[in-house]
Amino acid sequence: MARTAIVSGARLLGRGATPRLPGPGESPGELVGGTEPAAYVRADLRFLRNELRLVFFRRRNQLLLGVVALFPLLIGIGLKAAAPHPQGGGNGTGASAFFNQLAGNGVFLTFTALTLLLILVLPVAVAVISGDSVAGEAGYGTLRYLLAVPAGRTRLLIVKYLTIVAFAVAATFAVSVVALLTGVALFPVGPVTLLSGTTVSLAAGLVRVLLVTLYVCAAMAAVGAIGLAVSTFTEHAIGAIATVMILIVASEVVDQIPQFATIAPYLPTHWWDMFDSLLRVPADTTTLWHALVSFGVYAGLFWLIAWARFTSGDVTS
Amino acid sequence: MTGTAEPSGAELAIASSALTKRFRGGQLAVDHIDLAVPKGSVYGFLGPNGSGKTTTIRMLLGLAYPTSGSAELLGVPMPSGATSVLSRVGSLVEGPAFYPYLSGWENLARYDAADRTASRQTVRERLGAALERVGLTAAAKKKYRHYSLGMKQRLAIAAGLLRPRELIILDEPTNGLDPQGTREVRALVRQIAADGITVFVSSHLLAEVEQVCSHVGVMRAGKLVFQGSLAELRRTAAARVVVHTADVAAAAEVFAKLGLAGPVPGEDVIAAELGDAEPERICAELVHAGVGVRGLSVESPSLEDLFVGLTGEGFDV
Repeated sequence: MARTAIVSGARLLGRGATPRLPGPGESPGELVGGTEPAAYVRADLRFLRNELRLVFFRRRNQLLLGVVALFPLLIGIGLKAAAPHPQGGGNGTGASAFFNQLAGNGVFLTFTALTLLLILVLPVAVAVISGDSVAGEAGYGTLRYLLAVPAGRTRLLIVKYLTIVAFAVAATFAVSVVALLTGVALFPVGPVTLLSGTTVSLAAGLVRVLLVTLYVCAAMAAVGAIGLAVSTFTEHAIGAIATVMILIVASEVVDQIPQFATIAPYLPTHWWDMFDSLLRVPADTTTLWHALVSFGVYAGLFWLIAWARFTSGDVTS
Repeated sequence: MTGTAEPSGAELAIASSALTKRFRGGQLAVDHIDLAVPKGSVYGFLGPNGSGKTTTIRMLLGLAYPTSGSAELLGVPMPSGATSVLSRVGSLVEGPAFYPYLSGWENLARYDAADRTASRQTVRERLGAALERVGLTAAAKKKYRHYSLGMKQRLAIAAGLLRPRELIILDEPTNGLDPQGTREVRALVRQIAADGITVFVSSHLLAEVEQVCSHVGVMRAGKLVFQGSLAELRRTAAARVVVHTADVAAAAEVFAKLGLAGPVPGEDVIAAELGDAEPERICAELVHAGVGVRGLSVESPSLEDLFVGLTGEGFDV
């Protein structure tokens, strides 16, 4: 009897102790928070929620999202006013193809808006959030307190990046949704004629809109990683934001120069507007994969740069 | 109730061994210091501005990495043990830093959310108690940017008290405060210490430390020039003999003959370290040499004098 009691007691003790080995000198009676993995996950989610609130509830960022969402509305109104002719047709690529299709179907306003806003507006929005992410904290001095809490350097960087991606997704979807609503309100809507000439149902067309939006989200997530990396090198958020913008514009310019055609596919901006491959039947999967690999490599590479820099350097702010 | 055996060095809250920081420019900011802060003490970390106090604190908190040497907080090596030990340490480093667009409450909630081991269930009570303790309950909903300097400082201390701590590190907690605010902070330090928490407080003002500290460490140009209890510091105070006379030059000769160290001639007065010499004999020698002695006294320096003696008069580097 007594023996079993001891065993079960030990088991109970063991259960309390196994999930995390307390470090030397660590007090065993820490009752403030749990130490099991589940409690850690909850705590990590709490930190992420707090970071999301910090970014999304900040007036400046809300204003930024609002301005970004305003663009598709203006583009829709502008196009409606300038091109009243209902028949366009044509099989071109890029924005001009969408312009032609737009008159026939409001759904195409999403593609037009995304193509136009990808040049500068969306990257600027993502650059602002990502450039500010670490540099802003360093500038306020809150970075040293977060690390003294301790938030953990790697953990903080993960939370920062997830929040940047969330903002990039929010901005991209804001453009898509506003463009779609504007398109539906201002232009005729019906079965969608794709760039390859195939006509699909409106529902299938809307799925394409979703896929294209997700594609742009992936492109912007890569920009976010670049911004995060730049942000770890300075405590001036404005400097980080400007640097990201310069990198993007430089990449776009180089991408336009025929002499640099050999390096063009390796530029971060090269694949951004290649989502027209999603608007063909059959979809151009080679381009699609190249693009997604490019986004993935840029996101991974720059996140690692951010991590290497952030976990090895002194915090001097 | 077994298994709580203290690891070696556990009686020290902070221990460092030859802790050194050389900045990238080559400047030696902290030069082989061996801190020994006993548990339960109030340790005053003294030194003029620029003597390496903040750099030391940054290394203790894992914000900066030492060039060489090692440091332990509560028996846990830093910076490798940062994530496990820092939740038991509250800190104020180089002035308060918060998000100006958040309220005091939201700011504390932000830091608390970053703590992986802090419980969300108790956040309301803990934040409330911390604000209560520093007298900011009424200002909890106010935006941080509208806080006065004293309130900001107190909020930073509240952030250090968000959960039970074993060690509180306060870097210049009264910097920029008016006498009223200085008194409040001093009272807070006493309260914290009364709860059995080790307090490590840095300051360039001896008067501030003298009233609350049990131990002191004195920094000068990156070196720890004294460390021990306040009583020990007083004991190192070399008594000085002060002779008032019209014939300072002759008195100086007598001092030299007697081998008194550090003579400081002034106008109608000369002082030197008493050392092992007997005041009676000095007087007799002076009279014997024909020096007209108007007065002779033996003075023990104030702590202020000691401090200045240890750290140098001013900008002598």
